[in-house]
Amino acid sequence: MNWKRSAIAAAVAAPFIVLLAYGLTKDPREIPSPLPGRQAPDFALQVFLPGEGPMARNIGDTVSLAAMRGKVVVVNFWASWCLECITEHQDLSLAARQLAGKPVQFVGVLYNDVVDAGRQWVADRGGEAYPALNDPGARVAIDYGLYGVPETFVIDPAGKVAYKHTGPIWAGLLTAKVDSILAATPRTPGQ
Amino acid sequence: MTLSVRRWRIGALAAALALASGPVAAQLAGKPPAIPDSVVEARTTALASTLRCPVCQGLSLQDSPSELAQQMRSLIKDQVAAGKSDAEVKEYFLSKYGEFILLEPRARGFNLLAYLLPAAVLVAGGLVVWWNVRRWTQPADAGPSPGEPPAG
Repeated sequence: MNWKRSAIAAAVAAPFIVLLAYGLTKDPREIPSPLPGRQAPDFALQVFLPGEGPMARNIGDTVSLAAMRGKVVVVNFWASWCLECITEHQDLSLAARQLAGKPVQFVGVLYNDVVDAGRQWVADRGGEAYPALNDPGARVAIDYGLYGVPETFVIDPAGKVAYKHTGPIWAGLLTAKVDSILAATPRTPGQ
Repeated sequence: MTLSVRRWRIGALAAALALASGPVAAQLAGKPPAIPDSVVEARTTALASTLRCPVCQGLSLQDSPSELAQQMRSLIKDQVAAGKSDAEVKEYFLSKYGEFILLEPRARGFNLLAYLLPAAVLVAGGLVVWWNVRRWTQPADAGPSPGEPPAG
């Protein structure tokens, strides 16, 4: 009768083993974002670092997502206390320079940091190719479901979140994402 | 009517008008009447206790000392004070963070396992105990009783 007991024990244990095995395939630190495919939350934030070249904005200007409709917008959340932000900093500026001639706008959003610290951090790294915006109270960060930095959102010309990247992003991936969105977007006269 | 009684009546009328003017003015302006601070605080605490802090390990927004949790609590407070219902506030955070933000998952889809499995295990365990107890308490038909000498 031992085989019968063993079979019952195996039948009882099997669903638990399958459930635990399924759990092992998931990263417990990863939070699936509901934002990709949805309309990106609008924001209107003040510039505290101007950036360079065609993507530059004046210090004190308000940059809103609604005003950038028709362009691919790359929103990168960062902070001076974030170690991984150092890794991606050069890549973000490189991608911004490579995409400068296209209908693309990069913005950096400072997350839970002091503006002066952010300014110093960028200066220490030889500047940034795109403007940096301040987000007091992290209201925009919460609106984007942020849970850490760096996080990067790519928003299509219609204002929908096309891609969300958690952790340091690299230039090749970012330019490929932006280019694929631009390729899929019907061009309107004047663009 | 004496002067003091007339003064008292005018005072009472003025006080009644002052009390009524707040909600009336708010309704005339198309705004909901202001929610008392104590109610806003209580509802914020209750809501923050059901939502998970995104940067912590299993802590609620209410229990977490992190900066982001404080900012999220402040946002809940603003939304409650602005007249949003508890369901609307929860829906806002769900639309940003997904199911992860709820400390207690909603009883639907895959989440149902979390609610049904403990009950199923309890019932199965109860059945095993019942079956064994029944077996132990049944008179042993087969085999000799303890006082009986072995056959042969």
